[in-house]
Amino acid sequence: MIDSLRRAVNRVRSFFRKEPLDQELNAEMASHLEFAVEENLRRGMSAEEARRQALIRFGGIMQAKEQHRETRGLPTLDIFLQDLRYTLRTLRRDRAFTIVAVLILALGIGANIVVFSVVNTMLLRPLPFSNPQELVWIAPPPQKCGLSCATYSADAYDQFRSLSRSWQDVTGYMAFSTADNLRLTGHGEPQPATGIEVMGNFFQVLGVQPAMGRLFTPDEARHGASPVVLLSDHWWRRQFAADPDIVGKKIDLNGMPVTIIGVLPASFDFGAVFSPGAKIDAFTPEILDDERTWGNIVTMIGRLKPGVTIGQAQAEALLVAPHLCWSIKMPQTCGQYAGPDNSMQLHTLKDYVSGRLRRSLVVLWCAVGLILLIVCVNLSNLLLARAASRTREFAMRTALGASRGRLVRQLLTESLVLSAAGAICGLGLAYAGILWLAHQGSIALPLLSSIRIDASALAWTILIAIAAAAFFGLAPGLKMSSSNVQEALKDSGPGTSEGRKHERMRSALVISEVALACVLLIGAGLLMRSFLKVLDIDLGFQPEHAASIKVDYDDSAPTEEASVAKRSVIFQQILERVKALPGVEAAGMADFLPLGQNRAWGTPTPKGKTFAPGSLPGPLVYVITPGFVEAMGMRLHGRDFTWSDDLKSERVVLINASAARVYWPGEDAVGKFLTNGKQDVRVVGVVDDIHADSVEGQPGWQIYYPATQDGPEGAQLVVRTALPPASLAGGVLHALRELNPKQPAAEFRPIRTIVDRAVSPRRFFVLLVTVFAEFGLLLATLGIYGVISYSVTQQTQEIGIRMALGATQGHVLRGVLQKTMILAITGIVLGTVASVVVGRWIAALLFGTKPTDPVTFAAMIAVMIVVALIAGYIPARRAARINPMVALRGN
Amino acid sequence: MGESKLDLLQGTLDLMVLQTLAAMGSQHGYGIARRIEQVSGDAVLLNQGTIYASLVRLQQRGWISAEWGTSDNNRKAKFYAITAQGRKQLAEDAAYWKRLAGVMGRVLAMDQEGGNS
Repeated sequence: MIDSLRRAVNRVRSFFRKEPLDQELNAEMASHLEFAVEENLRRGMSAEEARRQALIRFGGIMQAKEQHRETRGLPTLDIFLQDLRYTLRTLRRDRAFTIVAVLILALGIGANIVVFSVVNTMLLRPLPFSNPQELVWIAPPPQKCGLSCATYSADAYDQFRSLSRSWQDVTGYMAFSTADNLRLTGHGEPQPATGIEVMGNFFQVLGVQPAMGRLFTPDEARHGASPVVLLSDHWWRRQFAADPDIVGKKIDLNGMPVTIIGVLPASFDFGAVFSPGAKIDAFTPEILDDERTWGNIVTMIGRLKPGVTIGQAQAEALLVAPHLCWSIKMPQTCGQYAGPDNSMQLHTLKDYVSGRLRRSLVVLWCAVGLILLIVCVNLSNLLLARAASRTREFAMRTALGASRGRLVRQLLTESLVLSAAGAICGLGLAYAGILWLAHQGSIALPLLSSIRIDASALAWTILIAIAAAAFFGLAPGLKMSSSNVQEALKDSGPGTSEGRKHERMRSALVISEVALACVLLIGAGLLMRSFLKVLDIDLGFQPEHAASIKVDYDDSAPTEEASVAKRSVIFQQILERVKALPGVEAAGMADFLPLGQNRAWGTPTPKGKTFAPGSLPGPLVYVITPGFVEAMGMRLHGRDFTWSDDLKSERVVLINASAARVYWPGEDAVGKFLTNGKQDVRVVGVVDDIHADSVEGQPGWQIYYPATQDGPEGAQLVVRTALPPASLAGGVLHALRELNPKQPAAEFRPIRTIVDRAVSPRRFFVLLVTVFAEFGLLLATLGIYGVISYSVTQQTQEIGIRMALGATQGHVLRGVLQKTMILAITGIVLGTVASVVVGRWIAALLFGTKPTDPVTFAAMIAVMIVVALIAGYIPARRAARINPMVALRGN
Repeated sequence: MGESKLDLLQGTLDLMVLQTLAAMGSQHGYGIARRIEQVSGDAVLLNQGTIYASLVRLQQRGWISAEWGTSDNNRKAKFYAITAQGRKQLAEDAAYWKRLAGVMGRVLAMDQEGGNS
């Protein structure tokens, strides 16, 4: 054992000391021969005979040396280095080929690294918490009333926590916090910031340790505790210049002094996990005792006890759910969390965060895998073309004694070198791409900001580089090394039919390339058409020419009535001032905007009608000012609210068309009354449904209350203008500041960007798949061009003869194009058949588009045919222009 | 036309070299090769050159050591000597060969009844 080890070490050492060892061996062998000659002379041989006999007895000197070297060193590595040197030399000579091959590989491998990193970040890598597999997202049965029906009340949260046995602990956060909900003062102009309230045990349950300072204590989550805050790493750096002594300092948030108790680590990005794309700056403890009457406000996240499965936790949750009360003071509210079918929703946190994306990501992964396959086929083709011109070189080497294995090895080394170069360039491309992706805050994909090339991505790169090298190198390698030596050596030039078999193989490769590209193209076409359909959806409002900004106001007053009155005056002032700005066509306010946060409260019923209990879900609630409907570009039947709809006048609401259809089927809802048990409200108008929850989903029920009668939760000012919205930003903020100096410099967001954000995941996937499809098309085109062009070159003489015998240019042109079309059509037919299968597989990702959408199929097939024609036309024209005299003289 | 020479089995040359060095003491490559030829009565097919692969293998395992020196007739040559470890290995291998040879002898001497004649 030790002897073998010593031998291995010595072999490696010898490998690096070739020169001196060889010299020593030479000297040793020389002295050996001298001894022999001397002995032979002593025996009485002539000098010449003595030397001859000595050499005979010694055997082949070269063989002996070679045997010695192989025994002492690392022959495999020697051969590899030899092949490597040779490869580098030939590749340098064939610069154009090398550049094209490496470029194609770099794009193919680079795309694969990017997609792998995305998939790895979102699907494969565990969440950045301790033992993330124990974390579970707990939600009530799904209903149509938005976030309010997907969350729990403070009482229900406390009950669930104390009644369940499956959990080490349960935590959660305030689901209804909005962007820019904090105002940081005392640092020059008031700065907007985004904060979120989390349960006191939030970070302990997730297993997040602060980078500085400490986490919340249980006392700090109780009523009356002195306010404290934890800063996110990025806010600490951006706003506080990474002050190392920040812990213990006080800052003014929303006009209240708050003590900074710690800074969270950079690895903790709340937004990336829980609300993709959002940047959370500050974390404050949620004081549940102050929020008992606020309804459903918190999410629940549990950490399973060791050994408890999610199935067991689910079974227990089903037993616990009927006991949960919306408010323990109101027994009639107990049991509502069980839902009609008692289907509590427990998912691993990972599943909750990225489960919806699984299918899209898998499709993306497959698409990029297909690209790599096309790249390999393309390279196989290029190598075969190269092989044709290298046949003689290899025949020569075979004749000189190279074994077939040795030749295949040489060719595989070449493929490996190409693919390694491609992988290195691809890594560079992927690095740039990933850097760009990580900073796309406008793409609402979870964990996107934490994307990076890590060790597993590097391992993946090496794996695909080697696999690709084997794939595209082996076929041409075997092919070339099996060619007949004598034939090849005799075959002194072009014109002979050595190409036939070669060409068949190349044609097969091109056909498969076209088929693969066709599948990609049709798949991308289907996704693209779905995306266009999504963009075409009537959202119920006009996102163009409108923008919004969060407005700060102070409506604090001793009584509810006084507060409403004060707020009405403020809102009216703001809107009048803003409407007076040049270019503003309409302005209004609402507490929530569509496609953003939403909430529901109460279940109003049409007066005088009875519905079975539970058959009327609660509509989403928006509290709006007069003018909001117009500013959003919503369609209204009936009348808008006016400033005179105040507490002294009749209570009024607007409802959406879906709700109206259920409340008063077949009747006009305008003028009818709804009741919430205590009070009657008149429906003064019906608005068309707006997509409040998602762009692609069906809109549910919506109800609009006037801000002059009910309490909004904050205010978003919406301005409609014919000018580019951004040009109004300064004017609007200035107007708001004049009325309220505390107004922070909140973002002035075009409504379009809100919609763009909502469709950004689909846009992201479509964009990538489309880019891949175009790349695939380009490669397939190159493949067609390469094969046709090569065959034209090979047949120059033949074409010349035919033209001399009377074939016209048109004949020749048609002949070549026909050949092109046979290749292309065969590929397209195969690809189309495969696409039908693929289409069915991705059906779940399509929107308003059938998997066999004839328009997409026809369009993509037409694109393929046109591109193939172009690829074939160039060599065809060259063929048609062959001068018969020159061609015939040529050889 | 005499009997054709014996091809060397894999590994036997190494053992012969070890034994030669153990018996003769320090010796150069030519000396070892000649000695093996003489002892075997020229029955072994040995290209003298092949001895160098065997020597480097034994040296790398640490069973022999090598040193440049001067021969009796004042010629520079590389002299090999067996090491303590080499002697141990030689003893093991020699015992193994003797046992194998004994077994082979008995098996080949078997007659039709299955007993030894």
